[in-house]
Amino acid sequence: MTGRHRDKVQASVEDALAPLFDGAAIMVGGFGLCGNAEALIAGVVDRGVRDLHLISNNAGNMGKGLAAWLRAGIVAEVTCTYLGNNEDLHAAMREGTVKINVVPQGTFVERIRAAGAGVAAFYTPTGVGTVVAEGKETREFKGRTFLLEEALPADFALIRCRRADRFGNARFWRTARNFSPLMATAAGTTILEADELVELGELEPDDVHLPGIFVHRVLEVTEHEDPFEYRTVRARAGEAS
Amino acid sequence: MAWSKQQMAERAAQEIGAGSIVNLGIGLPTMVADYLPEGQDVWFHTENGLLGMGPFPFEGDEDPQLINAGKQTVTVVPGGSFFDSATSFAMIRGGHVDLAILGAMQVAQNGDLANWSIPGGRTMGIGGAMDLASGAKRILVLTQHVTKQGEPKLLEACDFPLTACGCVDRVITDLAVLDVADGGFALVELAPGVSLDEVRAKTGAPLRA
Repeated sequence: MTGRHRDKVQASVEDALAPLFDGAAIMVGGFGLCGNAEALIAGVVDRGVRDLHLISNNAGNMGKGLAAWLRAGIVAEVTCTYLGNNEDLHAAMREGTVKINVVPQGTFVERIRAAGAGVAAFYTPTGVGTVVAEGKETREFKGRTFLLEEALPADFALIRCRRADRFGNARFWRTARNFSPLMATAAGTTILEADELVELGELEPDDVHLPGIFVHRVLEVTEHEDPFEYRTVRARAGEAS
Repeated sequence: MAWSKQQMAERAAQEIGAGSIVNLGIGLPTMVADYLPEGQDVWFHTENGLLGMGPFPFEGDEDPQLINAGKQTVTVVPGGSFFDSATSFAMIRGGHVDLAILGAMQVAQNGDLANWSIPGGRTMGIGGAMDLASGAKRILVLTQHVTKQGEPKLLEACDFPLTACGCVDRVITDLAVLDVADGGFALVELAPGVSLDEVRAKTGAPLRA
């Protein structure tokens, strides 16, 4: 049987996104605009697929990142944890053009983790006695009530890392890691946008954050915008604040 | 004289024990870090994947990929670590975070917290609020005593959608410090010059003093 783990390196965004299809559930890593696979996100609009189920913590912000998908009208459903001041998502909600599921963040990532780990569902204390619990099974363990939450899989994951090799072993940078390694485990096909592609063996095996078994397509993209959402700084000693 | 926001943050900082793990919510709670004494070995956790969060960076040092859960640029202190979101919420849900300091729209006398949604208002989403409220070992709420319209925020029961049930341990407002204990609010401390009568008048539930 031929495996999926050779020839993963893609020559272009178009090649990397070739397997996408209409109606696909697509996970996209990033906390707001931090750690976005910018080239892949932009490429999906050009790819021409639609009726997507977007699974992402924020679905863009400030008109950037995944907001482009909302503006292009290619999203039918969003599963996210936080809308904040994402005007494109608020507009979609107001107009009723997109079904929006808001999930507690810890439950969101644990459902993704469960999907990737072969766990069908789990009991969590988060959301008990709130709107999140409506229609869900609860059960007591040792006197405390827990809520049954089901695994959340996807057809694709689009993630970004700092450095990767051609097998898809990946290292992330700072807080850009967030949901990406979990999403990689939960998707049928994971497409990795790496700032830098290195030779096999250049990543110290002890330092691999995401093993290549969870990655199916690798694209090197060296230029990124990496916008600031809230650029907060302090004055250096001796300078007026 | 009611406490200013800075004085509320300073008072809240006194609640942080040396050697503890603390998560600060967005807004006013973020200011609490500025009032911690040096050398306390307090580790700030931010749920987007950082333990050992430091202050805002010096101008020119900011990194768009090093942020807190409010998406503000921050720094990492020596001994800090980065991790994925599942690990981050294992820290929260698993009871490894000693204290979460959160904002509130309403707090009920049984400790119910509402801080994510106003009926008829703009839906901001849940984010990490429900996990923090139900997972951290101790919940300290930092909020104005009444709304901008003068309505009490401390009530017999919340009418806004709940974040978590019975989770709040202590509330610090601009007027007082109150504990949630034995099914009701109990006065711990009044802000200087604030009378018990004023606090009672602005609290929508019985207050034990």
